[in-house]
Amino acid sequence: MKFHSRLLPPTLLVLASLLSVPSMAQDWVRTGSNLGNERIRIAVADFKPASVDPQTPALKAVFDATLYSDLGNAGIFDLVSKSFAPQATPGSPQEINLAQWSADPVNAAMVAFGSLSTANGRLAVYGWLFDTRNTANPQVLGKQYNEAATQDMARTVAHRFADEIIYRLGGGINGIAETKIYFISSRTGSKEIWAMDYDGENQHPVTHLGSISLSPRVSPDNSRIAFASLGREGWSIRMYSLELGRMVGFPGGSAGGANQSPAWTADGNRIAFSSSRSGDPEIWIADANGSNPHRITFFKGPDVSPTWNPKTNAQLAWVSGRTGLPQIYIMDQDGSNVHRMTDGGYAVSPSWSPNGQFLTFSWNRKYGPGAPGGQDIYVMDIATMRWLQLTHDAGSNDFPSWAPDGRHIVFERQIGKGTEIWSMLADGTEQHQLTHSGNNTMPNWSWK
Amino acid sequence: MNRRSRILVPAVVLIALVAVAGCKKKQPPPPPPAATAPAATAPTAEITATPSSISAGDQVVLSWKTTDAADVSIEGLGAVPTTGVKTVTPSVSTTYHLVARGEGGTADATARVVVSAPPAVAVPTNTMSAEEEFKANVQDIFFDYDAYDIRSDAEGTLSHDASYLASHPNIKVVIGGYCDERGSSEYNLALGQNRADAAKNALVNAGVAASRIRVISYGKEKPFCTESTESCWQQNRRAGFSMDQ
Repeated sequence: MKFHSRLLPPTLLVLASLLSVPSMAQDWVRTGSNLGNERIRIAVADFKPASVDPQTPALKAVFDATLYSDLGNAGIFDLVSKSFAPQATPGSPQEINLAQWSADPVNAAMVAFGSLSTANGRLAVYGWLFDTRNTANPQVLGKQYNEAATQDMARTVAHRFADEIIYRLGGGINGIAETKIYFISSRTGSKEIWAMDYDGENQHPVTHLGSISLSPRVSPDNSRIAFASLGREGWSIRMYSLELGRMVGFPGGSAGGANQSPAWTADGNRIAFSSSRSGDPEIWIADANGSNPHRITFFKGPDVSPTWNPKTNAQLAWVSGRTGLPQIYIMDQDGSNVHRMTDGGYAVSPSWSPNGQFLTFSWNRKYGPGAPGGQDIYVMDIATMRWLQLTHDAGSNDFPSWAPDGRHIVFERQIGKGTEIWSMLADGTEQHQLTHSGNNTMPNWSWK
Repeated sequence: MNRRSRILVPAVVLIALVAVAGCKKKQPPPPPPAATAPAATAPTAEITATPSSISAGDQVVLSWKTTDAADVSIEGLGAVPTTGVKTVTPSVSTTYHLVARGEGGTADATARVVVSAPPAVAVPTNTMSAEEEFKANVQDIFFDYDAYDIRSDAEGTLSHDASYLASHPNIKVVIGGYCDERGSSEYNLALGQNRADAAKNALVNAGVAASRIRVISYGKEKPFCTESTESCWQQNRRAGFSMDQ
């Protein structure tokens, strides 16, 4: 009874499970996506200014807002509203009165606090995490940071401290506050690759090719971005080095026709992609330096959008139009063991979860002229093929990409003529719009 | 070569006609009326326009004949020989009025030429570029939703496209594959590739060398029409042909 029948509407499923197993506290997606039902109640004190430098207030404001937002975004905390915080601002372990934080109305199990100072162009931050109910030995974490006194670094330090807290309290899974999201934006006039922090801050262009670029996929070590770009002979898989700040070669990615939708293995050694070089778009695999391209699918009809199982680097999910409308399939890396995962409609853009257990993809189940329903983001448990719909009645949603913590998904949402990038928890809650100008599409969450 | 000869032929005809008319002029004047005639005979006049109905830009041959006239003119053309032939190119419907004056009086005759608007498919003129001619003769084909097989209504278009390309062996072609806005960008790039490749295969099967054809999928990246309606989507589900420069 733990798993729900895929044929019942989700609302009925929830009801059925509640009625039949009222004591069960977890549902299957929450369990698998590392989103437990028991959220730790955590409070964050505003950090204490420890210098009178004129830079201090502005950087402290950025730091406080970022830390609070990161812990709220993490998906594993019940974050105490700042309006409940005690009057006194503790700047060190000697200054904190834990009873104030464990009592009503704060009622926090954990409290993060510390001090921030600037001097001579440097930013110094001391941060602690205390367990309010372990008065004998409350310190869970104590960190110190010293960086250039800039807004960017104030944000970065807050991200690092947040990730330490999330790692410590979130079951040993790294936080995502320091991760990046790569995407396509047309706001300079041509479709270029852009990057931003995971929370939508710090948006900036990466490429300036003046063509049309699509499907950016960052390498697992954050050193390169594979993408598809339009040239005179059609679409090529191209490679941009983030370390060198320029294009580098990927010889196996150019063959005329459509070469597109690259996907890295989790070890960074190989790239799967779609190529029409044989006369029909098929899935190919090349080494990460662009050599040794070889074909693994052999069916007529479009085969695109591969994604590797990051746990095994030996299985792929992809989209095939071999039976008509596109469906999600999985196969082994030699093209054997093909299984169809979706039973109809229009299913595209799969992304394989970091723990290997789930696919997220975009699906329009009630497809056809005049049919109700829309293009929404789904999560499917691969072993059972049971699925959960994450977006409902809000625009046309596509291109989901897992965050490395397995708790978050970034995707594109088109409402009217505008497409923007959103993130959400892997259960569909806490949807946040990250971009607000121009058309922004095809987000890809970095691996770390 | 073709375009040149099309211009050349009418030019030669025109020169020939002018030459003929010129020869007429040099002919000796008609013999004077018999001295015995006691009174002058009234003149006669006749004019014909062939053909009497044309499209704008076409030529009309006027021929006229008078007797007993000393002073012959056609309104708008001025004085003319008493008998003659002239080629004209009226742009609007025109009535040619021949007036013949002689000692015996005046005679006149008319010939009307009706000019209609140029035909929809314009006769090639000097102003039509090779690009425009290509566009007029090699037309795009359209596809059903999520499909890339050649529709029956596209077969006629493709065979016309192929025959134009067969008769213009120096022209190279780019085929663009296009999709409507629905569905994923990546899947539509693959679908657009299949549409463009299907059009290429049809041309190759009709005898166009594959080496003359370049294929690019635009997916849903370069729509012809940006409204979210079926008629607009149909415009975007196409294989589009253009000259490869």
